Formats: sequence, C-alpha cells, structure tokens
Amino acid sequence: MVELRADNITLSVNGAELVKDASFALKPGELVVILGPNGAGKTSLLRASLGLAAPSSGHASIGSEAADRISPAQRARMISYLPQSRPLSWPNVVKDVVSLGRFSHGATLGRLKGPDAKAVETALAKCDLTHLAERRADTLSGGELSRVHCARAFAAEAPLLVADEPVAALDPKHQFRTMDLIKAFVSSGGGALVVLHDIGLAARYATRLIWMKDGCIVADGSVLETLNSARLETIYGIKAKVDGFNVQLEGAL
Amino acid sequence: MRALWLNPVLVGLSLTAVFAACLLGSTPLPVDRVFAALFGMGSEADQLVVWAIRLPRALAAFLVGAALGISGAALQGLLRNPLAEPGVLGVSASAALTATFALYFGLVALGDWVLPLAAIIGALAATAIIAFAAIRTQSVVTLILIGVGLSSFAGAMMSLLMNFAPNPFTLSDMVNWMLGSVANRSFQEIKYTAPVMLGGMAILFFSRRGLSALTLGEEAASGIGLNLRNQRILTVLGAGLATGASVALAGAIGFVGIVAPHLIRPLVGHDPARSLIPSALFSGLIIVLADICIRIIPTTNELKLGVVAALIGAPAFVWIAMQRRTSDG
Repeated sequence: MVELRADNITLSVNGAELVKDASFALKPGELVVILGPNGAGKTSLLRASLGLAAPSSGHASIGSEAADRISPAQRARMISYLPQSRPLSWPNVVKDVVSLGRFSHGATLGRLKGPDAKAVETALAKCDLTHLAERRADTLSGGELSRVHCARAFAAEAPLLVADEPVAALDPKHQFRTMDLIKAFVSSGGGALVVLHDIGLAARYATRLIWMKDGCIVADGSVLETLNSARLETIYGIKAKVDGFNVQLEGAL
Repeated sequence: MRALWLNPVLVGLSLTAVFAACLLGSTPLPVDRVFAALFGMGSEADQLVVWAIRLPRALAAFLVGAALGISGAALQGLLRNPLAEPGVLGVSASAALTATFALYFGLVALGDWVLPLAAIIGALAATAIIAFAAIRTQSVVTLILIGVGLSSFAGAMMSLLMNFAPNPFTLSDMVNWMLGSVANRSFQEIKYTAPVMLGGMAILFFSRRGLSALTLGEEAASGIGLNLRNQRILTVLGAGLATGASVALAGAIGFVGIVAPHLIRPLVGHDPARSLIPSALFSGLIIVLADICIRIIPTTNELKLGVVAALIGAPAFVWIAMQRRTSDG
C-alpha cells in the first residue's frame, strides 16, 4: 500500500518560512481536504511533500522512497498531481492531453499501446469525455476542461491523487461533478489530497480535514471533530454557523 | 490524428527538389545527363557540375534547413511558444559572431574543425542563456526580448569586427557570413559539419517525448514524470549543436525554423514531439527550393540565401505573432 508521508517539513524560500514543521499522511481510501486562507502554505506543503520543492528541514516519503530522491517517472506512477495552474500550451485534442497521463508509463502520443490505450479509454469514459475525445482542448468550456485534467490524472492509474484547487473557477454543478469524480476514485481504492476553498464542499466530501494557517497545520481530523465556528473564526477570520456537516457563512469578522 | 502520409510525402518531395537542383541552373542539364552524372557516367564536365557544384550545394541547403527546422520545432516545444526559433532567439547570430571571431583572429588556420567548433560554442552559449532565462520567467515576451538583445549584441560585435576589418577581402568574407549562403559549398565542408548537425538532430529526436509532456506546463510536466532538468539540457544541447553546425556551413539564416513548424503543427495534432521530423524535412525542402530560385533568378550579384529566407520568414513571424491571443503572454 502506497502512502504519502510528510514529517516535520519546513520550507523556506528567500528567508520566508512558507511551511513550518508540518506533518501529515495520506493513505488509499482517504479523501483528505486541505483548508486554509490564501498564503497559508497549502501549495508549498504539497510541493514539498511531492519532492518538487526541497524542504529546509524535515522529510517526505512516497511509499518506501524519499520524495527528494525518487525519479519523476517513479513518482508519477504512484501519485497523480494536478497543479493549481493548468496551462495548455498547444491546442491538442482531448485524447492527447489525457494520454499525457500515461507519460510515466512510456506512452507516446498518437501511438498508444494496449494497456495505455485502455487506461486512456477508461479515464475518458469515467469523466464523460468519450464524445469529446477528438475535440481540440481550446474549444472546451471551463467545466469540460476540468474534466479533461481529471481524466489526465486518472489515466495514470496511480494509487494516489494530489489536486491543488481542482474546482477553482467552476460553477456549482461542475464543482460537484469534479468532486464526485474524485470521490469515485477514492471509493475504488485510491487516496486523494485536495486543496479546496469551499468549506461546504469540503465538509460534504472529505473523510478528513487538514487546517492550515501561516504555514502551520493547526488541526487534522474528521469533519465532525475539526469543523466548528471557532475554527472558522481563527483560520479564516469569518463568522459562520456550523451544524454537523452544514456550514452557513455569515460574513467577515 | 496522425497523418501517416506526411513524412513519406515530404521525403519524396525533398528528394525531388534535390534532384531538380541538379537539373536547374545557369545552364540547365537534361534529366538523362544528370542521372548519368549521378551514377558516375556521362561527360566529365557534367559530372563536375553535378558532383562538385550542384549536388553539394543542394545537400548543404537541405541539411541547413533541416537542422534549423528541427531546432525551431524543439525550441518551440521547450519554451511552449510558436515564435521560438534559433534566428529569433539570437542563437544563429551568436554562432555567426563566434565564427567570425575565429575568422578574424586567424584561428581558422589551426584546422578545418575550428570554424564549426567556434560556431557551435556560440550557438550553445546563446541557447543556454535563453533556456536559463526561460527557467526564471514564464513570459514569452521577455524571452523574445532577450533573443532580440542577444541578436543585437551579436550584430553590434560583428559590426565592430567589420569596422576593424584589415582589408576588403576579410570584410566581404564577414558579410557573406552574416547574410548566409550555401553557394560554392563542397562535400569537404559538409563532411565536417554534417555529423554535428545529425548528432544534434538525433539528440532532439530521442528526447522528443518530453516536449509533449511540456504541453501541460512545467509543473504538471514534472508531475507526470518528466525530468525537467535533463529535458532542458538535451534540447539546448541538440538545438545548439544543430544550429551551430548549420551556421558553420551556411552562415546565419534566420526565420527558417519558424515557418515550417507552424504549418506542420496542425497536421500532427499540435504535438511538439510529432512535429520534429516533418518540420525538419519541410524546412530542408523550403531551403532547397529557395536556393534553386536564387540560382535561376538572373541578378547581377547572386542573392544571398539568408536574405531570401528572411524576406519570406520575417513577414511570417509577424503574422504568427499577430495570430496569438495577447492573454497567453
């Protein structure tokens, strides 16, 4: 079983401590949502734990490998990563973009071999993209494009998924659809670590919440344990009514 | 979409164009005499015209075009920008500068390898500067401006060298370098530069998969398993070797690497990896055809290939730049 672990990670960039002494673990079967205001260090924590940024202290591991020593291809076969910014430099067709998910398996665009072709077909079907497979990605709507990126991540068939704000700038329906896809991935045995800004959405989908502020993890636990109005006040500086999984935001403090 | 017909058609057209280059010229030769000469038969004069003048010139044109075309396509993939090209980014100008340096200070007397080496060093240095800048900035505009700066600097240094040129012969030598030409090239010169060109092209070809990955941007590309550092090194090395050797053979010919990849890209599903080979073939074809035109257009002074290439390529550059939406900066 592949596990993503971060132990006491501190990440400094140009003297600023973006992440301070953060530890967490992600196992298959979990849908962990990271919550915190802008600048809390969520993306930095993800990058450090994936080995994409070198922590100044602490240690991250993916499976039995150290995150800073694992080869990019090896890492990609264990964790799919959806970064926050997802530019497409060329107007490729949807199927080619999704096929890039098979890059770490040695797939070449336009010439997919058996298992690669099958994984891409499955990912396209799962994300309801089969009818758009030959469409150019620059002709898609934001909602369709977010499904393309999810399909790209799923095509890797990696046991873990790390997604940085996968529903940013999506309308509510597409937010739900994207989260449903991630939830289905978790139900089928995957583990997902997702950064969200929508507290209601996080409460609805997460099996665990990690709360961050000023580079520190201030709480890590189930929705019922960690989501309350006092927490929202200290983390975000907002007033809210919380009743179990329901959150009603009332405004800034 | 994979256009299976693309590469075979381009290979066929390229062979035809090289053969046509042997036919056409100030005194056109009929097909049967060119065939005879190619296979070592026919009159001695025909053999001389074909083997010593027209064939090496056509092959030099094709190689230079192919090297610049594949370098352009690869740099466009690495920098994710359809305007990247050895000429635009100042790589060709830098290679021409170091080559001129070697000419000016008489280093060329040390051996036939000095000139190619000097051009390659210049090309590698310029490509490395561009790639290094690309790590620090995401802005396409900044990269193009850095290229403009490199070009201008190399141009200024060339002017300085010309200023101090000891005699009119050196001066005209340098002008030839700056303008770019494949006139009077021999198999001897091709022998020294072709292996480096082919080596650079091979490096680009074998590292092409990573260029597809970069479609997703650098962060996601390393996420899906690309070793970003190695990819940059290989593309810079391949493009630097190919461009440097092409400059050593033909001088600075700009804008070649921009037209062909732009026309090829829609035919290969906009995948930078799949655009490499057709872009190389198509660029080679364009340069062979351009050189044929130069030879059959009757002018008092022969037109320079680099001038003709820029006359076609520069408007294409402006047109492609105007097609781009401003938002992807």
